Amino acid sequence: MNHESYSDEYLRGILRRTRTIAMVGASPHWNRPSFFVLKYLQAKGFRVIPVNPKAAGEEILGEICYASLANVPVPIDMVDIFRASAAAPAIVEEAIRLGAKTVWMQIGVRHDEAAARAEAAGLSVVMNHCPKIEFSRLCGELGWNGVNTGIITARRHKRV
Amino acid sequence: MTADRPFGFETRAIHAGASPDPTTGARSTPIYQTTAYVFEDADDAASLFNLQSYGYIYSRLGNPTVSVLEERIANLEGGRGAICTASGHAAQLLAFFSIMNPGASFLASTRLYGGSITQFGRTFKKFGWNANFVDQTDPENFKRALTEDCRAIFVESLANPGGVITDLEAVARIAEAAGIVFIVDNTMATPYLCRPIEWGADLVVHSTTKFLGGHGNAMGGGVVDSGKFDWSKSGKYPTLSEPEPAYHGLRFHETFGDLALTVHGHAVGLRDLGPAMAPMNAFLTITGIETLPLRMERHIANAQAVAEYLAGHEAVAWVSYAGLPSSPFHELARRYLPKGAGSVFTFGLKGGYEAGVKLVESVDLFSHLANIGDTRSLIIHPASTTHRQLTEAQQIAAGAGPDVVRLSIGLETAADLIADLEKGMAAAG
Repeated sequence: MNHESYSDEYLRGILRRTRTIAMVGASPHWNRPSFFVLKYLQAKGFRVIPVNPKAAGEEILGEICYASLANVPVPIDMVDIFRASAAAPAIVEEAIRLGAKTVWMQIGVRHDEAAARAEAAGLSVVMNHCPKIEFSRLCGELGWNGVNTGIITARRHKRV
Repeated sequence: MTADRPFGFETRAIHAGASPDPTTGARSTPIYQTTAYVFEDADDAASLFNLQSYGYIYSRLGNPTVSVLEERIANLEGGRGAICTASGHAAQLLAFFSIMNPGASFLASTRLYGGSITQFGRTFKKFGWNANFVDQTDPENFKRALTEDCRAIFVESLANPGGVITDLEAVARIAEAAGIVFIVDNTMATPYLCRPIEWGADLVVHSTTKFLGGHGNAMGGGVVDSGKFDWSKSGKYPTLSEPEPAYHGLRFHETFGDLALTVHGHAVGLRDLGPAMAPMNAFLTITGIETLPLRMERHIANAQAVAEYLAGHEAVAWVSYAGLPSSPFHELARRYLPKGAGSVFTFGLKGGYEAGVKLVESVDLFSHLANIGDTRSLIIHPASTTHRQLTEAQQIAAGAGPDVVRLSIGLETAADLIADLEKGMAAAG
């Protein structure tokens, strides 16, 4: 699959079938980008479980943070990778093992071999994008900040 | 995975940013004549103030009508996002505010709107921003003028008032090699005729008062960010790459990626400088843009007819319109503005300053005023008006010497415009 760009329908499909997200690299500090994404996705109805060994056992926005993906005690639909690209292959293996349906790598995170491995195991993959930005773009909210969402529609607004 | 089918320019001019109002279903964009927006609860307020969620707080930072216009202009220019402002001058202030620091400098073309030369050369100095002006007819002049503290190159795609066209791609290459921001004022061309981001511009600025609004009834400006510039690479743009004390150490580029300048322009630029666009003006401009492609076609056809008439007139010394084969910018026009070279141009009267003043006082259909980009045809003698604060040398460098008359050709019947000029020039002698 081409990972240079994704169609709106592909991204919509992933976001619509996702309920629970494990965010690897989630920070407990409010002014870090991962915290922004976690808080936003929670507000949009996703359950987001933080994974970060440095914050293991702490609560981040009401969710217990786990040291590793393997410790997360609930089924995961999507693994969101907020780590350096080099960390992706090990996280992808764990995501496959846990039965996740999607691996999502944040802006600046890309690992083509890990992506191919995930796809071969039947997972959907997004790289070098942010689920907060894509969710808000597809539902039109990003336009409130003057951002070009690329969405052209004469239909009445609906969520993603 | 194939990309979504792209929509055409005309479709986007009508629909971009303006899906039906989510609350009421209103089909045209409502005028949100509103200043402030209720928070759902304290946590919602905190998220909004921390920039963690999207929403409206106060119309100085963002307004639902204004943001429709922002998205539309960003879309038509092929940018990532836009910030609309009270005027084109405010847009320039905001663009430089996000990328400059005291002691930094930038290069600007000598061929700019006279008001921009004054803003850059005099008022910006008070912020410690130094503008150095360069003759842009040879792009290499920018390379020769580069200094260590240079942060940007600023040009107009189609220059006001001279019918001069900038070799955008050549200047973009120089800016890129220097690792600095390339800013293009695209007011005169509009994205219908030229899209500077496609030629390598990083930021595009507009006075929306002109052709985008198009009807001479709404002030406004806009900054469009291409989203392509790496603000963190060189350390030259700390406003976007370093922790922002007013947001508890948040780094805009790290946090918002290619949205950094768009978010900063609202959350800091509009918040602290204050030049928000009025919702009514945004509404009028949104409505204007819906007919931009149709209007530009007529503007260009009329301008070409009037320019050809003037070029053959015995009282006219020269016509500077890039749509004429005689123009030294004709080849650049064919490349950068293939649909047409705009509808604002200058010509010189053999009778000099006195003949220019007499002409503007003798026409009936052309309006004598200091604006461009109206449905109505406009005329001005820059040396006695818009460019009078410049020295004569600066006037000549800006293409606004004593003999120069500037026209902004409107949408009237071309034969009526020609007849009016014929009468005026007979009176001017």
